[in-house]
Amino acid sequence: MATEAHGEETGGLVFHPLDQFIVKPLFGEIGDPVSWYTITNVTLWMALAVLAIIALFVFGTRGRGIVPSRTQSIGEILYGFTYKMVEDVAGKDAIKFFPYIMTLFMFILFANYLGLLPMSFATTSHIAVTAVLALAVFLTVTIVGFVKNGTKFLGLFWVSSAPLALRPILAIIELISYFVRPVSHSIRLGGNIMAGHAVMKVFAGFAAVAAISPFAVVSITAIYGLEMLVAGVQAYVFTILTCVYLKDALHPSH
Amino acid sequence: MATETEHAAGEAAAAAEVALGTPPEAAGPGMPQLAFETFSNQIFWLVVALVIIYFVMSRIALPRIAGVLAERQGTITNDLAAAEELKQKAVDAEEAYKKALADARTEAQKIAAETKAEIQADLDAAKAKADAEISAKTAESEKAISEIRAGAVDSASAVAKDTVEAILAAMGFSADKAAVDAAVADRMKG
Repeated sequence: MATEAHGEETGGLVFHPLDQFIVKPLFGEIGDPVSWYTITNVTLWMALAVLAIIALFVFGTRGRGIVPSRTQSIGEILYGFTYKMVEDVAGKDAIKFFPYIMTLFMFILFANYLGLLPMSFATTSHIAVTAVLALAVFLTVTIVGFVKNGTKFLGLFWVSSAPLALRPILAIIELISYFVRPVSHSIRLGGNIMAGHAVMKVFAGFAAVAAISPFAVVSITAIYGLEMLVAGVQAYVFTILTCVYLKDALHPSH
Repeated sequence: MATETEHAAGEAAAAAEVALGTPPEAAGPGMPQLAFETFSNQIFWLVVALVIIYFVMSRIALPRIAGVLAERQGTITNDLAAAEELKQKAVDAEEAYKKALADARTEAQKIAAETKAEIQADLDAAKAKADAEISAKTAESEKAISEIRAGAVDSASAVAKDTVEAILAAMGFSADKAAVDAAVADRMKG
């Protein structure tokens, strides 16, 4: 159905770079209704991410070696990297949120990289997914902020180091930026992943034309390399921003 | 939470509508990201996935890795302590060796000095004995020499007297014995 609608615009070339993001039932036709419990390609690729994480962190570390196996040392590196990030960015008292942050980081990282497999489905390219992740962080941070600091958490919006006259204005700006956080947090991740995948599909469409196909193939390769970087960096950025927000919640004073 | 998401996404959808020029309701041409009928499905499976990962992480994976890392840290610390101990032992052993060497050297010097003194004493004794013997022999020899000298003087005067008498006899004189003796004795003195 998407084909006809876009067909005229591109004049002969068939582009539907967004078709890869369609959520469809795994068993059945594309047109079938998708209810909340339907097993879809989302289910499949999230399940694969979960299985990959279990394979790495449970089966990979089964040996519990003092001298680690290869898989175990990958798990240990990811553990150490995330642990240090939480400790350095959010502070020592944020360590109890480490499993939560590790869960977010590993899910996004694995979903991003699994999404880069040809013919796969990138779950993190969907705003519904990234918005839930970002809102979960936003709600956690806000609740933790109020539970830990009570009304002192509002000091986050009251910049006491600024001149008194400027403080109300700064408070409004801080308040707006606080509520924009989940939006930017989710769109940054979803947008990056979606854009990269869509661009690759556009170049794949160009590859059908003989004259420019070598250029298109080289471009796809280059963009794929870039997307490998983006997949890691976006997962890292999402996680480190979570740590930054958590630090604000635990230590709201500027 | 889901309604909030849908609300936020709704606003984004309005913006996307302008950009794409196609209403999302026109099914298909719009972004699949804004197909709201799939949101409940995505959110449901996302929550399931996150809950599973969270439990696997917090119950199994993270405590296990933390345990392994702590154990490794412990092993490393123990090994370092053991290495430190062994190093200390080596230093002690070296000191003991050096001390033994110095003691041995002192002992050797002492023994050498003692031996030297002993030899010197023996040497002195032998020298003194030899000196005494030599002086005794010298005295004896001197005595013999003086005896020989005295004997020689006597023999010489006897020979001189005899010669004088013989010469006188040959010349036809009878020798006055007393005068000859006196003359010889007189010459012998000179």
